[in-house]
Amino acid sequence: MRWLIKPVLFTLCLVPLGLFTLDVVSGELSADPVKDATLFTGEWTLRFLLITLCITPLRRLLEWIWLIKLRRMLGLYAFFYACLHFIVWFWLDRELQFVDVFEDIVKRPYITVGFSAFVMLIPLAITSNKYSIRRLKKRWQKLHKLVYLIGGLGILHFLWLVKSDVLEPVIYGVLLIILLTVRAWWERQAKTT
Amino acid sequence: MLIKIKNNNEICPSEITDQETFKQRREFIKQSGQFALAAAGSLAAPDLLAGALPAPAPRAKIEGIKKGPFSTEQKPTKYKDITSYCNYYEFGTGKRDPSVNAHTLKTSPWQVAIEGEVEKPGTYNLEDILKPHDLEERIYRFRCVEAWSMVVPWVGFPLADLIKRFKPTSKAKYVEFQTLYDPENMPGQRRRILSWPYTEGLRMDEAMNPLTMMVVGLYGEVLPNQNGAPLRLIVPWKYGFKSIKSIAKIRFTEHQPSTAWNQSAPREYGFYSNVNPTVSHPRWSQAKERVLGSGFFAKKAETKIYNGYADEVASLYTGMDLRKFF
Repeated sequence: MRWLIKPVLFTLCLVPLGLFTLDVVSGELSADPVKDATLFTGEWTLRFLLITLCITPLRRLLEWIWLIKLRRMLGLYAFFYACLHFIVWFWLDRELQFVDVFEDIVKRPYITVGFSAFVMLIPLAITSNKYSIRRLKKRWQKLHKLVYLIGGLGILHFLWLVKSDVLEPVIYGVLLIILLTVRAWWERQAKTT
Repeated sequence: MLIKIKNNNEICPSEITDQETFKQRREFIKQSGQFALAAAGSLAAPDLLAGALPAPAPRAKIEGIKKGPFSTEQKPTKYKDITSYCNYYEFGTGKRDPSVNAHTLKTSPWQVAIEGEVEKPGTYNLEDILKPHDLEERIYRFRCVEAWSMVVPWVGFPLADLIKRFKPTSKAKYVEFQTLYDPENMPGQRRRILSWPYTEGLRMDEAMNPLTMMVVGLYGEVLPNQNGAPLRLIVPWKYGFKSIKSIAKIRFTEHQPSTAWNQSAPREYGFYSNVNPTVSHPRWSQAKERVLGSGFFAKKAETKIYNGYADEVASLYTGMDLRKFF
C-alpha cells in the first residue's frame, strides 16, 4: 500500500487547482476573475509552505519516518502554486508591462517582499533532487533553511496587502510561529542533552 | 459646463432587460414558489428550516422613474456583477459575502435621524424622507479605491434637494453620514474590522453638488440589501467607500467629521478621496482600473481625474494641493 501514498498525494495537491478550474469553466468566479486567480494561487502557496513545514515536526511526534519522503513533493507544490501566482500577476494583472512590474517591485513594499520570497524559492526548487543533496552535503541543509524566511516573507506579503481584515494572514502567521518555535525548542533540547 | 440631457423618448440601456436578468427572474419566480412551499413546510418543522433558507431578495420594480442628467454612454455593468461584487464589511469582507449574508438586514421599517446644525432635526420615517422626491435614473461610473470600476444605473434623487428641506444653519460646513448600527443583524459589526457604525462625510459644497445622489434603486428596481438598501449615497467622483450604504443618520457639522477608513488607516484613506490617477494609494497605483465583468484577458482602463467628472467638480478643489488633501 505504501507505494500508493505518493501518487495519491500528487493528485490531492492538484485538487485545489482542479476546483478553481471548474469555477472558471462554470462561470462561478467573481466579476474580477484576475483578482480571484491571484488570491487563490497566493493562498495555496502559503498553505503548501505551511504543510511542508509540518512534515518534520509531525514525523518526530508521530514517529512516522516515511513522512519525510513526502516533503519534497509538498515543497515543490508550494513552488508550483507560487509560479502560477507570479504568472497571474505578471501576465494578467500587470499585463506584461516590464516597467510597471519593476516599479512595483521597487516601490511597493508588499510586492518587494512577495517577489523576494518567490526568487528565494527558485534555488530551493532547483536543488530539490538527490544529486544536489549529495553534492551540497551540509550546505544543502543550510540552504533549505531559507524556507523559514520565505514563509515569513510570504505571510508578511499577505498581511501587508489586505485592507483591514487581517484574520487569514494572522492565522498563517501564528501557525508559522508555532512550527518554528517547535523546531527551535527541539534544537535547544538537542544541544543541552 | 457641458451637461448632456438626453432625449426623453430614448430607451435607457437599463430599461432593456438582458437575457440573463430575464432568466434570473424566471429562476427567482421558481425559487419563490419553492420558498413558499418550504415556508409552509417549516410550519410543521420550524427548527429544521429556521435559518436554513435565506429569504430571496425582493426585486420589485420601481414605477415612474425619469431619466436624469449626467448619465454616461458607457455600457452598464451586469446586474449580477454589481450585486455579487460588493464591499460591505458589515456583512463580511469577501466580495461575495454581502450578497450571501445581507438578507438579514431589515430595511423596513427604516428611520433616518437628521441631527446637528439644522433647523428641522428629528427622526424621520424613510417614507417621509423619500415622499417629496421624484426618482430619476443616472448611469454613473463607479471607481473603487481597490482599482476596479463599474458602470451603474442608479435610481435616486439629488442629495441637495434633500438637504434643502431640512434647512441647515449657517454653521453647517460638513455633512456626516452613518450606516445603521445593528450587530445582531449585521454580523461584521461584531468584529472590530472598522470602527462601527461606518461613518462618512462630505464638505457642504460637495454634498450640494448636482452630481451627488441619494440612491434607492438599481436597474429600475429596489436597491438590493448588499448594495446599501434602503438608502445610500453616491458620489461618483470619489472612491467608492465614500458612497456610504444603508444610511441611518445624517448630521450637519461645523467641523470636518471623522470617517471610518480614515480612522482605520489615515495615511491611506483621506477625507476627500477624490479619484486621482496621479496620487497613488501608498500600497498600489491608482493609474489604471480593472473594469468588472471584462474577464481574464481584457486590458485595464486608464483612470481619469475625478473619475471623468472633472467638468462638474474640479472647481470645488481649485487651489487645493491634491497630494496633501488626498
